[in-house]
Amino acid sequence: MTRWPDPDARRRGTLAVLAVVAAWPLLVLAEFKPWQLFDGGNLAVMGGFLAGFLPPSTDPAFLSLLGRATLETLAMATAGTALAWVIAVPFALVMARSLSVSRIGPARGAVAGPVVRGLARGVMMALRAIPEVVWALVIVRALGLGPAAGVLALAITYGGMLGKVYAEILESVDARPARALLEAGSSRCMAFAYGLLPGAAPELVSYTVYRWECAVRASVVMGFVGAGGLGQLMDQSMKMLNGGEASMILATFLLLVLLADGFSAGLRRVLA
Amino acid sequence: MGPGSSSDGVEQGSVTVALLLSGVGVVHPGGRRALESVDLSVAAGERIALIGPSGAGKTTLLRVAGASLRPTEGRVELLGAGPWGLGAGALRRLRARIGAVHQAPPLPPRQRVVTAVLAGRLGQWTVGRALWSLVHPADTEGAHDALDQLGLADRLFDRCDRLSGGQLQRVAVARVLYQRPDLLLADEPVSSLDRATSELLVSRLVAQSESTGAALVASLHAVDLALKWFPRVVGVRAGRVVFDLPAGDVTPALLQALYEGDAVAAVPAPDGVAAATAAAMMCR
Repeated sequence: MTRWPDPDARRRGTLAVLAVVAAWPLLVLAEFKPWQLFDGGNLAVMGGFLAGFLPPSTDPAFLSLLGRATLETLAMATAGTALAWVIAVPFALVMARSLSVSRIGPARGAVAGPVVRGLARGVMMALRAIPEVVWALVIVRALGLGPAAGVLALAITYGGMLGKVYAEILESVDARPARALLEAGSSRCMAFAYGLLPGAAPELVSYTVYRWECAVRASVVMGFVGAGGLGQLMDQSMKMLNGGEASMILATFLLLVLLADGFSAGLRRVLA
Repeated sequence: MGPGSSSDGVEQGSVTVALLLSGVGVVHPGGRRALESVDLSVAAGERIALIGPSGAGKTTLLRVAGASLRPTEGRVELLGAGPWGLGAGALRRLRARIGAVHQAPPLPPRQRVVTAVLAGRLGQWTVGRALWSLVHPADTEGAHDALDQLGLADRLFDRCDRLSGGQLQRVAVARVLYQRPDLLLADEPVSSLDRATSELLVSRLVAQSESTGAALVASLHAVDLALKWFPRVVGVRAGRVVFDLPAGDVTPALLQALYEGDAVAAVPAPDGVAAATAAAMMCR
């Protein structure tokens, strides 16, 4: 024991114990029994399933289909993320507390400010609470099969995610430059552009690219419900038990994720 | 209240008032009182130094004067308007006429110097001009001239994180010169700088006030800088104005009483100003 015991030690210990106690029933509830994976019978079944994936299909007709589906998926993910960005940016600017003019003083409107921020937060929550695949299921009924439904579904859900995280990134960078600009009569948008953006840009960009990568993956699941792209192709291959085609599609995914990763790293380097 | 608590020693005549505080008190949300019944009147073109021990309330006073903190009690009038009665648009336009230099320059490290300086006029520019200026500087000449006054013109296109602390503060001063405000506020603008840079910055702020007719209110740790550059000196202690006098009337006894018991500044020796100055400068 030292002469200066850490006053926080007891609290930290309690939190750690509580976390374990709380996690245990959750694992039981989720029927988390990983050892079942390695039971003899299960391994053989999985092995048989995976063996069907080899060798990857290189049939020219399939490859041309794959190329088209890849383009469709990229277009869907890109258009969806772009629309999501358009939804997210104004909401993020409204939600970021460091851009609040009425908090300075506090001035008139200091009561309305938190209400407006709360409403914006609620809208973002509602948009992202419903998974994109559910939105896609609904929209497919209106727009018919094809990527358009996927684009809209992505825009809605990802708009909610981007808005929330953008606002949190803006609040995590040094607020003093923006505050100084607001105090010198600058508007909220300009305080963002000149005060927060320089510090937040790398985080904003890398999160946006990461979301785009997620959108590529999400488009698979949406493809299963008829929203086109690689997902729909994957669905067809799996239904026809064509493992070679499925593995080729998976390889394409790996490539796309690699591409997104390199793109993000490159952009961050440019901005740094 | 000490001797001459309000504005004696200053002729106001018909000159417009840049800053008027009457009976201003500030209690922070935690319940700590920072200012108590402060009366202060600053005419356009007037230059005032605020001195006093750390924690005396100088920063709070300057924040009230910059419309960035609403006082709990009393009346504030800035450039002829009561800021807290204004609508959002009018308050913005009023704030655009107030320029502040902070103790720590609030400049984003990844921003270029030219952009940081031009940001001084964001309150006056249209949105279109401000956005375009992010792509290509809208007034390189203006930024260059402001930086040139501070001997930093050669760093125009450098990024702020390539500059030293003293250079950053010079950029912050260049920004406020470029803003051309009618009320100039400086909160310990030179507290962490060497002697030569301190003199340069204070002299430039004073010159700006002389050439544009802006009122200048600066808080300073260095008592000798205050006495040298400012015709009027206001002593603040424990949230109150203790004295408000022409620089020539500030006596060693007054300074000793002002800094009495200040742990950092120690007690100034009886021989006065020089000792108080030395003590105050040791703060940093």
